[in-house]
Amino acid sequence: MPPWERHDLLDLQELTKEEIELILETAKSFKEVSTRDVKKVPALRGKTVVMLFFESSTRTRTSFELAAKRLSADTLSLSASGSSLAKGESILDTAKNIEAMNVDIIVVRHAASGVPQMLADALGPSVINAGDGCRAHPTQALLDLFTIKERFGRIEGLKVGIVGDILHSRVARSNIWGLTKLGARVTLCGPATLMPVGIEQTGARVTYDLKDILKDSNVLMVLRLQKERQEEKFLPSLREYAKMFGINKEKLKIALKDVLIMHPGPTNRGLEISAEVADGPHSVILEQVTNGVAIRMAVLYLVAGTKGIPPP
Amino acid sequence: MSLFIKNAVIVNADQISAQPQDILLERGVIAKIATTINAQPTDVVEASGKFVLPGLIDLHVHLRQPGGEDKETIETGSRAAAKGGFTTIFCMPNTDPVIDNAMIVEAIIKEAKRVGLVNVFPVGAISRGQKGQELTDMFELKEAGCLALSDDGRAVGNAQLMRLALEYAKMAGLLLIEHCEDPTLSHCRVMNEGMNSTLLGLKGIPGAAETVIVGRDIELAHYLKTKIHLAHISLKRSVELIRWAKAQAIGVTAEATPHHFTLTDDMVKSFDTKTKVNPPLRTPEDVEALKEALKDGTIDCIASDHAPHTEEEKEFEYDQAPFGMIGLETALGLAVTELVEKKYLTWPQLVEKMSTRPARIVGLANKGEIQEGKDADMTIVDPQKEWVVKKEEFASKSKNSPFIGRKLKGCVVATICGGKVVYQVN
Repeated sequence: MPPWERHDLLDLQELTKEEIELILETAKSFKEVSTRDVKKVPALRGKTVVMLFFESSTRTRTSFELAAKRLSADTLSLSASGSSLAKGESILDTAKNIEAMNVDIIVVRHAASGVPQMLADALGPSVINAGDGCRAHPTQALLDLFTIKERFGRIEGLKVGIVGDILHSRVARSNIWGLTKLGARVTLCGPATLMPVGIEQTGARVTYDLKDILKDSNVLMVLRLQKERQEEKFLPSLREYAKMFGINKEKLKIALKDVLIMHPGPTNRGLEISAEVADGPHSVILEQVTNGVAIRMAVLYLVAGTKGIPPP
Repeated sequence: MSLFIKNAVIVNADQISAQPQDILLERGVIAKIATTINAQPTDVVEASGKFVLPGLIDLHVHLRQPGGEDKETIETGSRAAAKGGFTTIFCMPNTDPVIDNAMIVEAIIKEAKRVGLVNVFPVGAISRGQKGQELTDMFELKEAGCLALSDDGRAVGNAQLMRLALEYAKMAGLLLIEHCEDPTLSHCRVMNEGMNSTLLGLKGIPGAAETVIVGRDIELAHYLKTKIHLAHISLKRSVELIRWAKAQAIGVTAEATPHHFTLTDDMVKSFDTKTKVNPPLRTPEDVEALKEALKDGTIDCIASDHAPHTEEEKEFEYDQAPFGMIGLETALGLAVTELVEKKYLTWPQLVEKMSTRPARIVGLANKGEIQEGKDADMTIVDPQKEWVVKKEEFASKSKNSPFIGRKLKGCVVATICGGKVVYQVN
């Protein structure tokens, strides 16, 4: 496998198939670390990782934090409300101040698309995108790929259906890149008002009929419907959404016997997914969370460029 | 007071002088044009090897004063205009306070006279406070010096109010300039809607936000048998609607900006906020349609939509940064590089787009051509000279140009306004 050479991880769109596979392979060895009695390796000892979260997040932030700690890095967590951003400082200014403290990696999440790229262009430390606006969420897509590969032993040739609010979903965008690069066939499904213009040009297919993806998908990714979007009136009602696009046991009757149900969390139970399905035998939602830590360890490890230190 | 321009190759909209001419300017007008003039004026400008154009006219400029003096002032904006070869500029009313009454119009004209570089015509607001609710006192604005009105920065969203405005403005003898953008379609959106907005995860402004208003205003102008000028047209589809309207002899005129006929939304991939502009940068297909429309006359003129913003404001994330880019100092170079060099326009046609047509659209009878008796406003250009746009060389107070680092052909070497040299390269 080629060595990792990227300074930042901003999106899967820019990665090659080989680079994605390298991350997945690296994560495999790190996954084992989290099952040990002493869950720590010295790979990033002496490195400082800053979590710069301008948008609320529990799952991703704790996952990154745990990943960094299990690699023995020093971590610092900053959220928007506690920072000077609230005092009118520009994002670039905040980041430059953090850079001045000689940190090695900045993990950033922001509600505005493009912020990780702005920071990567302006700063010395490596930047890892932990989700920006509607643009990209590369580590989520990577952990999804990892989970699928773990279950099926491959990605190539699988049919993956992604259902929900595609328009506002960075998870969908990053997954489209990751899945298609690794040879899966992606079909998007959701209401027409939440389907972004020109998305077919990524190579993904689009359908508005849930049955289209239910009947032959190996994997069903269910996206979170952000209820805030309802204020913008993209949908007639949440009730109609649940009826047309929600996943429940009844609808799954036509699905493949070994279909994998995924969700990036947090779930709106009863809206996009029923509790029965989320907790059911097809669901790998909690495995996704477990694998998230391994993927983030791999990404931190690779980006830190600690060559010479072998993974455990 | 007189000024003597020697060996001028005069470029008017209808022709280029066959041999160099001497031009004598006296008391602010063109006194004499002849092959050789034997006069003893005090000041001489040598123009051999250069083109002398009627002073450029920009119908769309934001000078930001009053209220936005950290971005631009009438003084710095006038200097930028002179450096860009513009002798007459129209400044948009979205200032703070809004240019919606005679006092503000008069104050701007007074300050522009004090600065004394270029002619500044304030564009008054169509609606009071640009709130889109009630009409401004149009006769009063006209008396104070306005030739045109606009709610630029936003469209007149309410069709009934636009109808009333068109009727009233026609009676008052004022031109209305529409900023074509349906606010309900563009609300909170930041770039052109299409493949790029989808991949970048930025909220897209659909082309229909522009064309819906273009279509509406064409229909209103037709129904009311009046005129309308459509600002900063950015789409192929808008061009098609305007072309149709002109074929029906509907009184519509339109402008396009250099950035819209030069750049595409591929530029936004950098997330550089200097590419954030309203209307947004569009597709290669739209760029091509605008150039064709300038060539065939569907688009009447070129306007810069010079929109200064401070670096601090532009440093924010793409969603938050303000719309707009400066354009006065790059407009001519871009027009020469993109339109003349690429054979869309001849030099006389360029003069038509940047001086003669704008003058006719707003009814400035003594501007837009070099002829004895006309105003002594001229732009002297070195048509062959190449130059690179440099941040530190802008006369504008703001530097928000996406063209920094770009090589352009065609350079302003002197600008003469009212018979006085207001800019000259060293």
